Amino acid sequence: MKEYSLTNLRELETEAIHIIREVAAEFENPVMLYSIGKDSSVMVRLAEKAFYPGKVPFPLMHIDSKWKFREMIEFRDNYAREKGWNLIVHYNKQGYESGIGPFSHGSKVHTDVMKTQALLEGLNKYKFDAAFGGARRDEEKSRAKERIFSFRDRFHQWDPKNQRPELWNIYNARVHKGESIRVFPLSNWTELDIWQYIRLEKIPIVPLYYAKERPVVDVEGNLILVDDDRMPPEMSAKAKMKRVRFRTLGCYPLTGAVESDADTIEKIVEEMMTVTKSERTTRVIDFDQEASMEQKKREGYF
Amino acid sequence: MTTQNLDIKEFLDQDQKKDLLRLLTAGSVDDGKSTLIGRLMFDSKMLYEDQLSALERDSKRVGHAGENIDYALLLDGLKAEREQGITIDVAYRYFSTSKRKFIIADTPGHEQYTRNMITGGSTANLAIILVDATKGVITQTRRHTFLVSLLGIKHILLAVNKMDLVGYSQQVFDDICSEYRAFVTQLDIPDLNFIPLSALKGDNVVELSGNTPWYHGQGMLEFLENVHVSSDRNYEDFRFPVQYVVRPDLRFRGFAGNIASGIINSGDEIVALPSRKESKVKRIVTYDGNPDQAFPPQAVTIELEDEIDISRGEMLVLPDNMPRIDRHFEAMLVWMDEEPMDTATHFFLKHTTNNVRAHIDRLNYKIDVNSLQKSIVDNLQLNEIGRAVLTTAKPIFFDPYKKNRNTGSFVLINPVTNNTVAVGMILDKLESKNLPSRITDIEKETIRKGKSLISPDSREKKLNQKGVTLWFTGLHGSGKNELAFSLEKKLFDNNAVAVLLDGSSVRSGLNRELDYSPADRAENLRRVGHIARILNDHGIIAICSFISRNDSVRNQIADIIGRDKFHLFYMKASLEYCRHNKPELYEKAEKGEIDYLPGVDLEYEEPANASLVFDPAENELNIDKIIDYLEKNKIFPLK
Repeated sequence: MKEYSLTNLRELETEAIHIIREVAAEFENPVMLYSIGKDSSVMVRLAEKAFYPGKVPFPLMHIDSKWKFREMIEFRDNYAREKGWNLIVHYNKQGYESGIGPFSHGSKVHTDVMKTQALLEGLNKYKFDAAFGGARRDEEKSRAKERIFSFRDRFHQWDPKNQRPELWNIYNARVHKGESIRVFPLSNWTELDIWQYIRLEKIPIVPLYYAKERPVVDVEGNLILVDDDRMPPEMSAKAKMKRVRFRTLGCYPLTGAVESDADTIEKIVEEMMTVTKSERTTRVIDFDQEASMEQKKREGYF
Repeated sequence: MTTQNLDIKEFLDQDQKKDLLRLLTAGSVDDGKSTLIGRLMFDSKMLYEDQLSALERDSKRVGHAGENIDYALLLDGLKAEREQGITIDVAYRYFSTSKRKFIIADTPGHEQYTRNMITGGSTANLAIILVDATKGVITQTRRHTFLVSLLGIKHILLAVNKMDLVGYSQQVFDDICSEYRAFVTQLDIPDLNFIPLSALKGDNVVELSGNTPWYHGQGMLEFLENVHVSSDRNYEDFRFPVQYVVRPDLRFRGFAGNIASGIINSGDEIVALPSRKESKVKRIVTYDGNPDQAFPPQAVTIELEDEIDISRGEMLVLPDNMPRIDRHFEAMLVWMDEEPMDTATHFFLKHTTNNVRAHIDRLNYKIDVNSLQKSIVDNLQLNEIGRAVLTTAKPIFFDPYKKNRNTGSFVLINPVTNNTVAVGMILDKLESKNLPSRITDIEKETIRKGKSLISPDSREKKLNQKGVTLWFTGLHGSGKNELAFSLEKKLFDNNAVAVLLDGSSVRSGLNRELDYSPADRAENLRRVGHIARILNDHGIIAICSFISRNDSVRNQIADIIGRDKFHLFYMKASLEYCRHNKPELYEKAEKGEIDYLPGVDLEYEEPANASLVFDPAENELNIDKIIDYLEKNKIFPLK
């Protein structure tokens, strides 16, 4: 008999497509959260595949903290235009107008107001009953225990002790009015899978992922890019040109770069395979308190 | 990694081709499961440096492994449980080697978390079951193995851990293996493997250990890299549950979904269920081109030659290979909810991409996961497993779980809480007509014999009375009817259930054709006797008021009703008294205008064995006598 088997990447792909279609079929008003990062790029590609030759039947939403790297926004706008996506950009207007930012208010306040609150605001505004996120279980310990269909109450909160059993590929999509589900089609992907898939599928990504000479400031071991003039001058004065790239993308003052020569996708994957640091160490926000991600997830952050 | 020797592109192309193995690990709290997983991840060099240093920091504070690195801390994610030192939910772990990527569903061994093991194991190809070499095969081992077989996982690796604590004894290992093998014969596990190891010391985890020179098998990682699982899928029976209808414009209509099982080629004849409309596969469409063939679990969109109306939840199959199409089936259910099963609930049943209403007809038995003993119960509680019969509002298209995991599995969702309360695995074929609905085989046999399914006991309990016949005999005009009717009223007032039969009620319809000749009188009473018996069988008290003029006829009735249920009351009135009460009747008889009136031209024989004898003059007192009698003889009330 002919050997019918799928590679790891193709199996992950079919699983994700199944999940995405299931949400589109069972929810009234789903949305795909688009963070402009590599995982989001993969997720959007999977959505395109799921409904081909039709269009993706739900909007994408970017929660803009107003402190993203400029290159991210540029990439987002060009790519969305080119692809003809229905893209919603939402930000916390009140927070923005009060000038909330990581330099002035610290990472905790900034993340809470401009990311968590902004996200909840966006979800409530459009009454989305399901929201796709690109989170992976290998990223962080509390995510390793989260279901693919993650139930959230009316306050968008996650209860790790009270998760719905999830078996086979049968997902319980039932919610009462006001409740919602966060859906993670990339749950079983690892960072390496993501990069391999980007390579395999030739998925465009923000150039910040590739190594380049960039002005960075060393803040307690985190290399912070001088992305605009909102960085305090005493800080940006210490900037040095270094050949760096980013393993994850977020708010530029909260996302550290790594020194690297990887300027092609192959070099990135090679670097990935031999790397000795996990990706979230380059995110400043995780170090706020122990088990901080779990805390944030309980509060409604992804 | 030896990437230097290879061109990087070539290497990556190669690496991309590796496949995926999903495994379940199960063991009790102290078997060292987390340590084993940590070790696998660590030794396969995928443990990141910073995770490791964070680990060293954490170990000093809450670690349970003394001075050594506590690998388990890597895995126990959630804050609350970290302090308890046990893993309490399913956690997924990832690592890969150059041959394979592995997804580990790490599930707890603790008893109340059967739910989580079932959850973690539903997608697994292989299960690693840990036993502690110092303890051997214990109850939990058996439970885990049973659950693994229930989930239809075809490969088991029994990891005999802590071999270092038994001096790496081959005897200990062999004994455990043979005990386990003996247990497994009663379950359905096609592929069984054994490895002696020490997760803590790293023996036989990645490298074969010098401590077990008598062991000639593979190390655990090597085994996991090479075990062949892709043939476990069903490639025979094509099933395509339609998940989503892709219709970008009027020119294209495609049915999107994953191939649940079997192979489909473009050009194949298909049948859509439940409509049974036939068509042909025009194209198999994907974003990456249109393949001629698709196989499970691929996600594709199927375009058909003909425009037939198909929606989500329906299924494409091949005409010569149909699934079962039924509303009625039997399944193993695992109860996953805190709230016990309530068979009155109309659940939502989700099966493939289909949502239907369903209810549980019957719970055949509960199976104890520890002893595998079956017992009859009314419902299932959290973590209990039982065999049940279900009925759906609309037919579903399914196969037995054993043959087809994708079309044989379902979940039950409570319509009020929306929780997934149970999961089910459909059992091998029992013709729908042979399936009990609310009726067991024993009950069927009872019905066949013409017997009621309600036991006399339960009737007595419910009605608070015994179904007996209170038979009043006496002459015309003796006042037995007055007493019988007053008694009926009295019993009614006291909440007893009684039916009164007398001459006029039966002769006006049922026995209309009978006259008053001795033969017809006997037939009349025979029929009354049978009615009384039916009433008594249903727990109802029959009050019968009939002259029934001699012992011969009264004994006949007693035999029909059953002597123990027949209570004879005699209204002892003189002929004078009766004639006074019913003068016209007696006059007519005496004049010969009517025949066969007992006491006139027919002899009335006083009963020799009446339970109670009444004097008509004592009317009120007589009722009290009867009530007293019923109570004393435990007829009514029973409590």
